[in-house]
Amino acid sequence: MSKESHPDQLTVVSSNGRRKAALALLERPNVLGYLLMMPAAFIILFFVAYPFGWGVWMSLTNKQIGMPWSQVKFTGLKNYVDLVTKDGIFWTTVRNSFVYTGIATVIKWALGIWLALLLNRMVRFQRIVRAAVLLPWIVPTVLSAIAFLWIFDPDFSVINWTLRHFYGWMGWGHVRGPLWLADPTLALASVTFVNIWRGTPFYAISFLAGLQTINPELYEAAAIDGASGWQRFWHVTLPGIRPITVVVLVFSIIVTFSDFQIVYVLTRGGPANSTHLFATYAYQVAMVGSRLGLGAAVSLFMFPVLALVIVFQLVYLRREQA
Amino acid sequence: MVRRAVGETFAKRLLVYHLPLFFFVLFALFPFYWMLVTSLKSTRETYNRQVNPYIPVACATTVVAQVHSLHFNGAAIMDNCFYHWRTLLRDTLFVRWLENTLFVAIVSTFISLFAGITAAYALARLNFRGADTLGVLIFITYLVPPTLLFIPLSDVIGNLPVLHRSLLNSPWALIVTYPTFLIPFCTWLLTGYFRTIPKELEEAAMIDGATRIQAMIRIVLPLALPGVLSAGMFAFTLSANEFLYALIFIYDASNKTVPVGVVSELIKGDVFYWGELMSGALLGSVPVALIYSFFVEHYVAGMTGAVKG
Repeated sequence: MSKESHPDQLTVVSSNGRRKAALALLERPNVLGYLLMMPAAFIILFFVAYPFGWGVWMSLTNKQIGMPWSQVKFTGLKNYVDLVTKDGIFWTTVRNSFVYTGIATVIKWALGIWLALLLNRMVRFQRIVRAAVLLPWIVPTVLSAIAFLWIFDPDFSVINWTLRHFYGWMGWGHVRGPLWLADPTLALASVTFVNIWRGTPFYAISFLAGLQTINPELYEAAAIDGASGWQRFWHVTLPGIRPITVVVLVFSIIVTFSDFQIVYVLTRGGPANSTHLFATYAYQVAMVGSRLGLGAAVSLFMFPVLALVIVFQLVYLRREQA
Repeated sequence: MVRRAVGETFAKRLLVYHLPLFFFVLFALFPFYWMLVTSLKSTRETYNRQVNPYIPVACATTVVAQVHSLHFNGAAIMDNCFYHWRTLLRDTLFVRWLENTLFVAIVSTFISLFAGITAAYALARLNFRGADTLGVLIFITYLVPPTLLFIPLSDVIGNLPVLHRSLLNSPWALIVTYPTFLIPFCTWLLTGYFRTIPKELEEAAMIDGATRIQAMIRIVLPLALPGVLSAGMFAFTLSANEFLYALIFIYDASNKTVPVGVVSELIKGDVFYWGELMSGALLGSVPVALIYSFFVEHYVAGMTGAVKG
């Protein structure tokens, strides 16, 4: 009996020892740290880093949907050069992306601070009003964009119905109302409007969080020193929410610049390709026109701008921490 | 929190406070009102320019008449108010899309929470070599928009590296790609949250003989629960709202998610089924909005936690 049990005991001891050694290893930051990073690293490596590299490669080829890789030719920078030198729609896209991002960001920032200040002094119905103004940012963008598609309808637009009746009521005569999505400038303005509608709550709720970190004594001190309401806003409120402003702006600029859904639903880049953003034009070229290589090049043109914003953010964060 | 200047008159409060807030709420809610009104109208009424578009006339008339006569007739209300809702739920794949959306969102949220918690804990607490660099890399990934990657990603999903299998048209295409933006988001939010929890609590537990993993699971995680909860909620809504990947990776109508299904299947060529579109938009938004309204406060807390971190 004892002879038989002896080897068993040995294995128990040694596996126990091994477990202990493994557990001891897990106490070391250099082991546990990497182990805990693995799941995240795995997903990011396979579905972000690798596709990014693959996209750079694709943009240097004439790859099309359904084309076997044996026929795909390396064409160097041809796609990029073609876009810049021969493609008028591409330049419209570049201009639109900057106009859309610039205008929407400034207006969302201003409306966001205003709304945050209003929400901050609210007493009654606080929860329900916050939930209500957050709604545009929460619901799936394409679904609210569908509602706007109907609001901007050429024949049945409720805005135009209201304008028409308002004009009649005031005795200003007959008005038809503009074709919101059929005129290039107005269409870009309309999609920008929807972006502002969707994005303002994000700014507001973030600024609200920032406002609540400001020490109320600062306001009292400023008031005692005789600062006016505007001066208090300028010298206490704005500096107080500066850290969160940087985060919000960076995040929002990236999301707006790379936006897809609003334009996709409202105009598909039309009329006559006048409202494309980088993402919708890349989609148009690659998925509708099946020229994957060229489409990859279009979307990679976003990269320098995104990289610039990201680097700015990193430098800013580092400076804040130092 | 309430700062009401002494001597502020009601008129002034109305002008600088109540009125602007009222307009903000109106501005925010109008499209949802529009979805509701349009979904309650018959197609004929929708295209009738003579009637006031702000009120679903046939529906309102039916309801008022029934209230007046104190005679409830469910079938009449169904026909005059909820005709499109019924069509949407009965004759389209909407319920199927809802199930697909839930499945994809729940699974990818759990994957992302797991990976996000482990990574955030490592970055917040473990002083391992290269932690700073990895933190920065994850942060950069957080800022990479899906629209930069969707073209090559469709190729990668169509022919997975190593496995040489295609995930196209399967919910798994979304379940593996949604974590690419959810994990960095959760990690970023939770790293900040973990840092607000005093180190001393874990150290005390570890002196009492707990291993680091035990300390993490038993001490830090319960304390971080509000953060984990809000991270999970945002991950869920982000995946329920995602559009581009779902549009490109899924072809079959029965495999689509709500946002893609509504936009692509309820518009046939240039025929728009406005009643169904608006019912779909409304019913597709409601679940997400409900979850949110319960967690607004958590969101604000999570946001400050993340930014302080």
